[in-house]
Amino acid sequence: MNPNTSGEIDNKKIITRLLFAVVAMFGFGFALVPLYDVFCDITGINGKTGDQITLSETMKVDTSREIKVEFVASLNAEMPWEFRPVQKSVRVHPGEPTRIDYVAINKTDNRIIGQAVPSVAPGLAAQYFQKTECFCFTEQILEAKEQKIMPVIFVVDPGISEDINEITLSYTFFIKPGSEVISENVQEPPKTHYNN
Amino acid sequence: MSAVIEAHDHHDHKPTGIGRWLFSTNHKDIGTMYLWFSFIMFFIGGAMALVIRAELFQPGLQFVEPEFFNQMTTLHGLIMVFGVIMPGFVGLANWMVPMMIGAPDMALPRMNNWSFWLLPGAFGILIASLVMSMMGMGSAPNFGWTFYAPLSTTYGPDSTDYFIFSVHMMGLSSIMGAINIIATIMNLRAPGMTYMKMPIFVWTWFITAYLLIAVMPVLAGVVTMMLTDRNFGTSFFDAAGGGDPVLFQHIFWFFGHPEVYIMILPAFGVISQIVPTFARKKIFGYSSMVYATASIAFLSFIVWAHHMFTTGMPVEAELFFMYATMLIAIPTGVKVFNWVSTMWRGSMTFETPMLFAIAFIFLFTIGGFTGLMMCITPADFQYHDTYFIVAHFHYVLATGAAFSIMAAVYFWLPKWTGNMYDETLGKIHFWLTTISANVLFFPMHFVGLAGMPRRIPDYSLQFAEFNQMASVGAFIFGFSQLIFLYVVIKCIRGGEKATEQVWEGADGLEWTLPSPPPFHSFTTPPQVK
Ligand code: HEM
Ligand SMILES: [Cu+2]
Repeated sequence: MNPNTSGEIDNKKIITRLLFAVVAMFGFGFALVPLYDVFCDITGINGKTGDQITLSETMKVDTSREIKVEFVASLNAEMPWEFRPVQKSVRVHPGEPTRIDYVAINKTDNRIIGQAVPSVAPGLAAQYFQKTECFCFTEQILEAKEQKIMPVIFVVDPGISEDINEITLSYTFFIKPGSEVISENVQEPPKTHYNN
Repeated sequence: MSAVIEAHDHHDHKPTGIGRWLFSTNHKDIGTMYLWFSFIMFFIGGAMALVIRAELFQPGLQFVEPEFFNQMTTLHGLIMVFGVIMPGFVGLANWMVPMMIGAPDMALPRMNNWSFWLLPGAFGILIASLVMSMMGMGSAPNFGWTFYAPLSTTYGPDSTDYFIFSVHMMGLSSIMGAINIIATIMNLRAPGMTYMKMPIFVWTWFITAYLLIAVMPVLAGVVTMMLTDRNFGTSFFDAAGGGDPVLFQHIFWFFGHPEVYIMILPAFGVISQIVPTFARKKIFGYSSMVYATASIAFLSFIVWAHHMFTTGMPVEAELFFMYATMLIAIPTGVKVFNWVSTMWRGSMTFETPMLFAIAFIFLFTIGGFTGLMMCITPADFQYHDTYFIVAHFHYVLATGAAFSIMAAVYFWLPKWTGNMYDETLGKIHFWLTTISANVLFFPMHFVGLAGMPRRIPDYSLQFAEFNQMASVGAFIFGFSQLIFLYVVIKCIRGGEKATEQVWEGADGLEWTLPSPPPFHSFTTPPQVK
């Protein structure tokens, strides 16, 4: 290095330190993924609903309010099932456990495993939307030509903001990769099977 | 520029022919290549803008299909940001930083060569995907320069994977450039050149280089996630697999907001060199300039979600990002105040660089004001994704960052070439550019407020007049830049000889070197008192 110049630290050290920073920031970008999930879990703001809860006796039914809950069903591009809610919407009082049904039909000749991913809009309602039973908690298996009615039991927490009068619950079913196998026993006509 | 430099009789050992450029490790040659690269990209990106404005001259679809229109907005944005503004400033840094701090060259000259030569590769890939699209083979990237998921993941065209590779290359180039600049500034300052004696341009680049080190890897990370989502079955941004597309926006803007300051801090530096020169005064508030730059850089990390007010954040977060964004206006205001105070009672003259600098101060401030309007969360619900946003960022980027590069070129061209540029043509270029830029961008505020969405090839009738105005401005703006090209070429080829100092009020080490400077800038370090 030129002895006449400022050279405080030699170039190699600077490069090493800066490269370390570069690698650390690359990692930080990926660390944002779990951080974001934790943050959203705590605040419940990205529409992801929580896990199964058990109803507490203390939750009071607030009959002074009525909230409209709408149901939406969609399928991931690769998923060959049919999937829809049995009822388009229901009106509920906060605190009142309610059962609704979705129905899925596997019209193919193959046995398929699916996983439903729920989402609640508006996002701010998600943490107040609690499910005691849901087909999304486990994988669902449909044999060839099988039709299945799948219930959801939910309760809207009375703590929900006064401003929210409508909630949309939506599910996207996606296929478990590699789960599609030719069924050995194709049954006809389609049988209906209740899983509760 | 080679002819000019060779004409000078210094006993430099410099390679000749194509090898001089391909294998160059010389900070001036590499700076020159960066600047020409930026200039060429400016015309390519500008041509795309003219396609956009031609289509928007009238409501209805005239010239291009909506699919192609989307490719134009996407590539225009990507090229202007990554291919024009960023390389333009890196070129200026390469030329000026060693000369300003009294160094012979950059600290890591071979890496410097790499940083530059990655860029033609990166943009070659990007532009190749457009050429293929025009030949009917698939689509070029069409999801906007912000490449939001799922547009760029689930619904991205096949060329998205090329785009990802190209962004990786650009990122690598910027990171290596930044490391080089930091090493140069830390190690090669002349004796007596303490940090607080460095010219503001050097300071702003020093801080910008740290910003690059901090956020370019995050950009690399987010495109890597896209790559694995598209090809390797991950679901970072796919809700169906438990991911979240909003997460994409958070990571992108964590990079994206500091990125906009990467594009403006060196501009602040350029203006801080030019204004004192033509006001014939020392810069007002040197140390407050340094601290303001540092605090802008720091704040830029905690404001990213002002781009995402409408994604349904909790109100506490919206308030936080609103106030944090407002805070940035304070150090920015300090800078504008200092420039104005530098001019106050100066003996000013108005050569072309000074004209561009004053236009910068004025027009950048307009962009800053619209920024303040948009950071007010409830108001932004109206402005978001309209032409108002387009107006805002063109005031800060086109009449801001790009104007500062033009100012810098006029300011330093006599030093680089040894010849004065044609002042009359320079002034004509300035007035045409400034007037047409306002005819082009100002009406966008009005159509934006009236609700015209951005990134659309068609619009309803009531927006027609303002769009026509903007399109007329755009064509004048675009063709005026040919004058700029002519002035630059003319100046390289000859003209009135420039003195060492070039400008009467110029002060600093770079003005003690001959014009043009020798191949190796300071072979014996100067003493700074
Ligand atoms: C006082 C300073 C500034 C403030 C308060 C500010 C605020 C904002 C806000 C709130 C938005 C988001 C608007 C929306 O999408 O709804 C925005 C967008 C933008 N700003 Fe600024 N800004 C400032 C300065 C700058 C500077 C200096 C630059 C670049 C040199 C810049 C470049 C941009 C860009 C490129 C976008 C649009 C990004 C996109 O969606 O494509 N801003 N600004
Ligand atoms: Cu921003």
